[in-house]
Amino acid sequence: MKYLHDIGSYFLMLKRVFGSFTKTSVLRHLILKEINDLIITSLPIVAFISFFVGGVVAIQTALNMDNPIIPKTLIGFATRQSVILEFAPTFMSIIMAGKVGSFITSSIGSMRVTEQIDALEVMGINSLNYLVFPKIVALMFYPFVIVVSMFLGIMGGWVAGVQGGFVSSSDFLAGVQEGFIPYQLFYAFFKTLVFSFILATVPSWQGFYMKGGALEVGKASTNSFVWTSVLIIAANYIITQLLLS
Amino acid sequence: MIKVENVHKSFGDEKILKGINTEFDKGKTNLIIGQSGSGKTVFLKCLLGLFKPEQGRIYYEDKAIQDMDDEEQRQLREKIGMLFQGGALFDSMNIEENVMFPLRMFTNRKKSDHLDRVNAVLKRVKLENVNKKFPAEISGGMQKRVAIARAIVNEPRFLFCDEPNSGLDPKTATIIDNLIQEITHENNITTIVVTHDMNSVMEIGEKVVFLKEGLLVWQGTNQEIFKTDHEDVTNFVYSSDLFKKIREVQNKEA
Ligand SMILES: Nc1ncnc2c1ncn2[C@@H]1O[C@H](COP(=O)(O)OP(=O)(O)O)[C@@H](O)[C@H]1O
Ligand SMILES: [Mg+2]
Repeated sequence: MKYLHDIGSYFLMLKRVFGSFTKTSVLRHLILKEINDLIITSLPIVAFISFFVGGVVAIQTALNMDNPIIPKTLIGFATRQSVILEFAPTFMSIIMAGKVGSFITSSIGSMRVTEQIDALEVMGINSLNYLVFPKIVALMFYPFVIVVSMFLGIMGGWVAGVQGGFVSSSDFLAGVQEGFIPYQLFYAFFKTLVFSFILATVPSWQGFYMKGGALEVGKASTNSFVWTSVLIIAANYIITQLLLS
Repeated sequence: MIKVENVHKSFGDEKILKGINTEFDKGKTNLIIGQSGSGKTVFLKCLLGLFKPEQGRIYYEDKAIQDMDDEEQRQLREKIGMLFQGGALFDSMNIEENVMFPLRMFTNRKKSDHLDRVNAVLKRVKLENVNKKFPAEISGGMQKRVAIARAIVNEPRFLFCDEPNSGLDPKTATIIDNLIQEITHENNITTIVVTHDMNSVMEIGEKVVFLKEGLLVWQGTNQEIFKTDHEDVTNFVYSSDLFKKIREVQNKEA
């Protein structure tokens, strides 16, 4: 019963987000701010994690290849496949559910408990459009974050593979270019866009409809992380079934 | 002028407002008083249209909000200023941006004109040289003044204040109360202040409405409130020792 109610309230929220629009000049300013808060400030952590996890993927692949008939190019190939198909789009999104998701929930939630949302409503502003719409737009730039993650993940694999003496630079790069299927890139970016919508709206919903005080803001942020990541994993499974099998 | 007719509001099975009738006058500070939990904030939010009453009508001048379409409600909102209990300043914006916010939303003048108006109202609430500070960097009393500045920047016809002096020391509270009253008189606006503070009643209670458990049980002026025999009102008024002593002295003199 509660779940049905929650699902209903989530979709009603979406309807209201696209209801009456905030003044364009104000909205533009808000969107730029959100791009900075949600996208730009996420780049360092994304870059750090991608580079080193890409490196570990390459090393693990190399260490598990004890059969000499398997060509060394497989290291590059396997790194590319795992980074592009799963690591960058899906696992980065889980990390972003922690970083961006809890930021969104706690900032909207604290506006709720300190009556800042009421203040917007009193002024006749559609607070959902004002707060959530700029986040949805900002997160449309999220695929660029994933491009950075893909690139640095593969770079990390290359550096780790060559530095560790597991593979020659030319073998690795040949592997990266081997058997490339553009449709897989489409699949990766399609799911990234779906995740970005989840990342913008589910934490907003958690923050907007919360009740209580500062303590509840903390609880809502935790809940937000749990729900956002569960939904991302579920969406990943469904999209993969639909597009790849 | 705001007229209230038979307003009922419940949450679930719990009846919070049980049929309120009253009128709030223009050019006066109208006070809504009562114990915590008596429904004052809920009543205020009904007046503002943040809560929809199940029954009853609320007239702004001659038109009921219940009869207004979305556009008329939006226009009404532009004429309303609201001072929230905690200030409700936007903490991602500095003081200047906070006060300028309603202007940016509702008017299309040049930024320099906006800035002139912002500086004028900040001066009116006796705050200068804080433009670039953030809400978290100034004291509670200053935050309240910024919130007043934001509420009046767009020259509202109706001003609502929810417990404007909660969390302030008595002296600052008096300053804030007087500021609200002066602004009301200067601009001839309809001001409604929710409070449970007897000092405010004495200072600025030009019209006082007393709520108890969702019912309006008494209304009058701050002169009348000390003379009434209404038991609920006297219990509330003389709940503090100070007022009890004052009454004893008065009774002796009489
Ligand atoms: N949004 C809400 N949902 C449910 N109950 C509420 C809500 N807001 C207020 N109440 C209840 O209404 C009653 C009156 O509250 P309120 O108007 O805030 O009192 P006060 O006179 O102290 O301002 C309280 O019992 C409160 O629990
Ligand atoms: Mg209250």
